[in-house]
Amino acid sequence: MKWKFGVGIIITFILMAIFAPFLTKYKPNQTVDLPYQPPSNEHPLGTDRMGRDILSQVFYGARLSLTIGISTGLIMTTIATVIGLISGYYGGLVDRILSTLTDIFLVIPGLPLMIVISSYMRVRGPLMVILVIAFTSWGSGARMIRSQMLSLKNREFVMASKIIGERNLYIIFSEVLPNMLSLIASIFFSSVLYAIIGEASLSFLGLSDVSKITWGTMLYWAQNANALLNGMWYWVLAPGLCIVLLGTAFALISFSVDEINNPRLRSR
Amino acid sequence: MKYFLNRLFFFLLTLFFALTLNFILPRLMPGDPAERVLSRFGGEIEKNAVEAMRIALGVDKDKNMFVQYGEYLKNTFTGNFGISYLHYPVSVKDVLSSSIPWTLGLVGISTVLSFILGTFLGIYAGWNRDKKSGMGLLVFSLSLRAVPYFWLAMLFLYVFGYKLGWFPLANAYSTKEQLTGLKFVLSVLYHAILPSITLIVASLGSWILTMRNNMVSVLAEDYILLAEAKGLDEKYVMVNYAARNAILPSITAFGISLGFVVSGALLTEIVYSYPGIGYQLYRAVLSQDFPLIQAIFFFIALSVLLANLIMDFVYAFLDPRVRG
Repeated sequence: MKWKFGVGIIITFILMAIFAPFLTKYKPNQTVDLPYQPPSNEHPLGTDRMGRDILSQVFYGARLSLTIGISTGLIMTTIATVIGLISGYYGGLVDRILSTLTDIFLVIPGLPLMIVISSYMRVRGPLMVILVIAFTSWGSGARMIRSQMLSLKNREFVMASKIIGERNLYIIFSEVLPNMLSLIASIFFSSVLYAIIGEASLSFLGLSDVSKITWGTMLYWAQNANALLNGMWYWVLAPGLCIVLLGTAFALISFSVDEINNPRLRSR
Repeated sequence: MKYFLNRLFFFLLTLFFALTLNFILPRLMPGDPAERVLSRFGGEIEKNAVEAMRIALGVDKDKNMFVQYGEYLKNTFTGNFGISYLHYPVSVKDVLSSSIPWTLGLVGISTVLSFILGTFLGIYAGWNRDKKSGMGLLVFSLSLRAVPYFWLAMLFLYVFGYKLGWFPLANAYSTKEQLTGLKFVLSVLYHAILPSITLIVASLGSWILTMRNNMVSVLAEDYILLAEAKGLDEKYVMVNYAARNAILPSITAFGISLGFVVSGALLTEIVYSYPGIGYQLYRAVLSQDFPLIQAIFFFIALSVLLANLIMDFVYAFLDPRVRG
């Protein structure tokens, strides 16, 4: 039940991103009216400091916010999966090194690390945001996959493949991996949630390309224009609500997948 | 004993990693860090200024990497973080010592309160997992996890500070008049209420979720079934059989989640202009104050790692099995 709700929200946002030009007649980056106009029939959420239509930015913002969230989630999950699988399968020295590295990334607080890395970067485009979030935040996923590998690697089918003489990499990625797809899916969905909030946080601090429109950079401009003190609460509310809704959708799906993985979490 | 040494070793290793990262990052970036800093100010750059900046940044070309690294470690451990550009000529050390207490107070108290509240709600949500109230609490905590701290802070500031006028809009204490003694303390508490409510609400979701999931797992155990079959009082089973066992993993999670709370607190401080370490970091990032950024990252990492170490020790005290 919960996951249907999540999928519904995500599909809505994807449709919104694709059909943004049909939902509004304004371009998000185009000056269409006087700056700081209050909500009206022409501009349901008013205009920003450059007289651009805020509602059209909410629609178009879905494009980059979704792209960054999902691609960060993909990279993060890939790193977590590869490190977790190899660390758990080989054991010994390889495991000690990789799982120590995992634990280090797990405990070093993520956002401060992202801020420090981003503040040194000269190019601050979406790609940099994706890479910074992905490379600092794969720790918890890798730990979960490693422990799953530890419990799977002594099963008969793995033993059998070893006896036949399959290569280790083949066993890891073609025999064991398909058995943890649901865990990997759950990690992916929670990674996307993390990435959406990470992008919003970095953008809010001005550590991304703030000329590109995402819900995070909208909040950056709203804060810079003192939107709240000028009574323009809708400028803050709208992009934030989109972040919360999209994040909740991914959290709901991730939780539902967890319930499938771990029947104990299920309601009776 | 081996467990304690192990944890201590991990603490030192992680700290070393954070320190090294802090050292390498400015040197990995393309170009001369000194020129990069100066180019932010615009205009022609004098050779002397570049040379002076190199020495200030510790990237002196006359010295090789290892000498630089040694000096960096020595400086860090003697508390010599250089001079802040932003607060020139105040040293980074002085900037830190005036802002760390605010963050520790705010984040410390909020984290403990949120952990306690979230754990109780989690016990409730786990116990009533089939009822509407338990399901509602679950969905509520899942969506709370998707709320960016700074956004919640902005909304609270608008509603309770600006519209209703119940709380001040900025600072950690009233700057309008000189306050002393009890009046000062009251002013500090008054200014801390809204930021700490934000932190409590924003971090509540993960505490509820962790405890709820632990509860649900424990409730599937046979000894719970037996306790119920014996006809024990429901409350008694919930607290003494289920919650007592379910809380152990929550305590491990506490250490790791602390990193998230500290991260969230950074952004919350910015919104409330609360003069803690997060607000300083924000201003340092805006003005490219690299010595200050480095030092703040070091202290954030140090405090989270220390908290983790303490949690590991507390855990060993609570659960004799891990002591080995």
